[in-house]
Amino acid sequence: MRKLLSGNEAIALGAWAAGVKFASAYPGTPSTEILENLFGYAGLKAEWASNEKVALDAAAGAALVGARALAAMKHVGLNVAADTFFSLSYTGVEAGLVIVSSDDPGTFSSQNEQDNRQYARFAKVPCLEPSDSQEAKDFVAVALDLSEEFDTPVLLRSTTRLSHSKTVVEVEIPKARPADGNGHLTFPKNPQKYVIIPAHARQRHPIVEARIRRLGEWAESAAINRLEWGDRRLGIVTTGMAYQYAREVFGGVSYLKLGMSYPLPMGLIRDFCQGVEKLIVVEELDPFFEEQIRAAGIRVDAGKDIFPMTGEFTVQIMRDVAVKAGLVGAPAPLETAEPAAVTLSLPHRPPAFCPGCPHRSVFYALRKQKLQVSGDIGCYSIGVLPPFNAMNTILSMGAGLGMAHGMGQAGVEEKFVAVIGDSTFFHTGLPALASTVYNKGVVTTIVLDNLTTAMTGGQQNPGARIEIEPVVRALGVKHVWTVDAFDQKGVEKAIKEAVAIQDEPTVVVVHGSCVLIEGYRPKPVVAVDAESCAACGVCFRVGCPAILKSEEIFTKNDKNKALIDPLLCVGCEICLQVCPFHAIYKTRVGSAAEGPATADLADTSQDVGDRQN
Amino acid sequence: MQAINFLLTGVGGQGVLTSSDIVAEAGLAAGHDAKKSEIHGFSQRGGVVESHVRWAEKVFSPVSAPGEVDYLVAFEPLEAARWVGWLRPGGVVLVDPHTVDPLSVSSGDLTYPDMADIETALQARSDQVTFVHGMEIAQRLGNPRMANTVLLGTLSTYLDVPVETWLQVIGQRLKPKYVEANHTAFLEGRESRG
Repeated sequence: MRKLLSGNEAIALGAWAAGVKFASAYPGTPSTEILENLFGYAGLKAEWASNEKVALDAAAGAALVGARALAAMKHVGLNVAADTFFSLSYTGVEAGLVIVSSDDPGTFSSQNEQDNRQYARFAKVPCLEPSDSQEAKDFVAVALDLSEEFDTPVLLRSTTRLSHSKTVVEVEIPKARPADGNGHLTFPKNPQKYVIIPAHARQRHPIVEARIRRLGEWAESAAINRLEWGDRRLGIVTTGMAYQYAREVFGGVSYLKLGMSYPLPMGLIRDFCQGVEKLIVVEELDPFFEEQIRAAGIRVDAGKDIFPMTGEFTVQIMRDVAVKAGLVGAPAPLETAEPAAVTLSLPHRPPAFCPGCPHRSVFYALRKQKLQVSGDIGCYSIGVLPPFNAMNTILSMGAGLGMAHGMGQAGVEEKFVAVIGDSTFFHTGLPALASTVYNKGVVTTIVLDNLTTAMTGGQQNPGARIEIEPVVRALGVKHVWTVDAFDQKGVEKAIKEAVAIQDEPTVVVVHGSCVLIEGYRPKPVVAVDAESCAACGVCFRVGCPAILKSEEIFTKNDKNKALIDPLLCVGCEICLQVCPFHAIYKTRVGSAAEGPATADLADTSQDVGDRQN
Repeated sequence: MQAINFLLTGVGGQGVLTSSDIVAEAGLAAGHDAKKSEIHGFSQRGGVVESHVRWAEKVFSPVSAPGEVDYLVAFEPLEAARWVGWLRPGGVVLVDPHTVDPLSVSSGDLTYPDMADIETALQARSDQVTFVHGMEIAQRLGNPRMANTVLLGTLSTYLDVPVETWLQVIGQRLKPKYVEANHTAFLEGRESRG
């Protein structure tokens, strides 16, 4: 059966079909849907971990007792899991273990665009790199087999474009999934291998070096490294999505399409080079292949000297480079019917808190109270944008708390707070808060508890079963407020009181459901009484997409009155609470987001991304 | 066959992604190779969503290049104007005139362009620009969130894929209780081209 699957769906299918028994992940765009899809398969246990290291630790545990396992994360998630990743290279595994890293060339929803193929080389672990969903599915099985044959974890590298593109996959549902090695799972009884104390680690290192050499030999004849001979005047060494763009731009030249990004089959590359007049290396981000190929003394005619090192490749970018370098002819110029008669100035459409978002009240308060904000990763990073402009820093997951502590310890004079989401709090916020309490830091931490990991589309986190206030109190924080996110005055009062305490750490937990989670019930919409509206503009400052400028002008100040779009409003009533003229009132009209209206073809949970709430 | 390239665009929540799924599935059901690609991430929180679909005998890149899109389907006029540069000169533009103000307009200082200017800009690229009143029709049918299905119906009239195939694909993609209403919306979209 042929089916259109996204790269992430295909990885999940591949993992299930190859007998993966345990899978763990922390949500992060573009990797999130891998685990989400695995939840749909019987015969394996899939779960969200509190962070990527915990996910990989758990997957390693499963692999060490003999069950095939998978851990999935976005590229920066592997930074969090790196400690385990490097040691796992030394210990090896009992059953197959695949680590999926979804990289983000183009930085669509991340802090950076690091090229995680470098991790494979750094940790001396093989790396496979599919270029469409069929390969994404198939390579999972190859990775697990390699993992067992060579006693190593295997990195499977995806990218945003691969993870989120749908391509045709030949789906064969296996009659039976492979069984675990000997059918029963046992603790490993090999401390020389699995207890990685220095004496053992020293013995393991030469084994790791020998293993990567053997993997290089394996790569020479691996079916996933494919030669496609065509016009031999140009040969292209490439991998992943870059291969697809190259096929569009360069057509019928010769390709060495590598399915294994590390280690490289240098013999094969050398032969390929000798078979073509000109050799170029086409790879997104780092010159990962190119440097190794050049270092091996193989002639490379062009690589990163002509192709960009930053951003995502596109057909357009690749073609422009190729034309400029004289590698392909210029395409015929577009024949536009007529030159554009008008030059439109198009207003940009910045991301915004959804109507009904529980973060709105907090950022409205932070702006009003002119507090400096040490931020974190999640939907609330939108707080940096107008109309709030209420965030000074974002660095990495959970960093906001530690940074705020350091700012305070350094003696910053302004009043400040740290904000962090519930999922991020459990990810890496907990150790930071413990450190602040221990070091007697004075930080007000606002935990935005919207009951989900929202930015990635609404995954559960430990907060679903662990209340935050008792945890915070158990860590030794004496001053804690828990407030309703939809009570604007309550939110403002709690923050004000917390910041006023200048000798101990304080925590404000702002509790309110994300509008995107299942079971969210919108309230009847609110409306503006145009008679009472004085066009003061205060409601525009809550940054709600449902609040529009009316065409009606208030004559006294010549400004537009407000208007609320009943199709977008979900009745959270924040605007109603901030309106100084009481011009916004509750109606009895149900929100369009309610009831059968979800007949929408839209699946909003997929319209969102990123790693965090 | 020559590749057929689609670009669907709109605002988060308007159904861009599901619509492009349906276009890709219809292509596959009609016997083509098909790929579709979109980015969903940070910028999609109330921001612009665009999704590419390509049909061909063999598709390599899942994303078209600017100037190579045959069908631009926009669920919002400002987004039609934003993406029209991707259209092949003379390609087809289907656009719902229902506007959704971006925050930069509603709570900022920018202004939404005049609809007449948007129309002129679109027509400068192609004489095949059609305004499809998807939102209006969907509201009349009782559910504004089916506006995208109406536009898909209109799109289908340009393509050599039997109507039954489209209806079947829609039926497979949606929850059963929503299928009938969306079939109606789709067929209204087909008729609205006239």
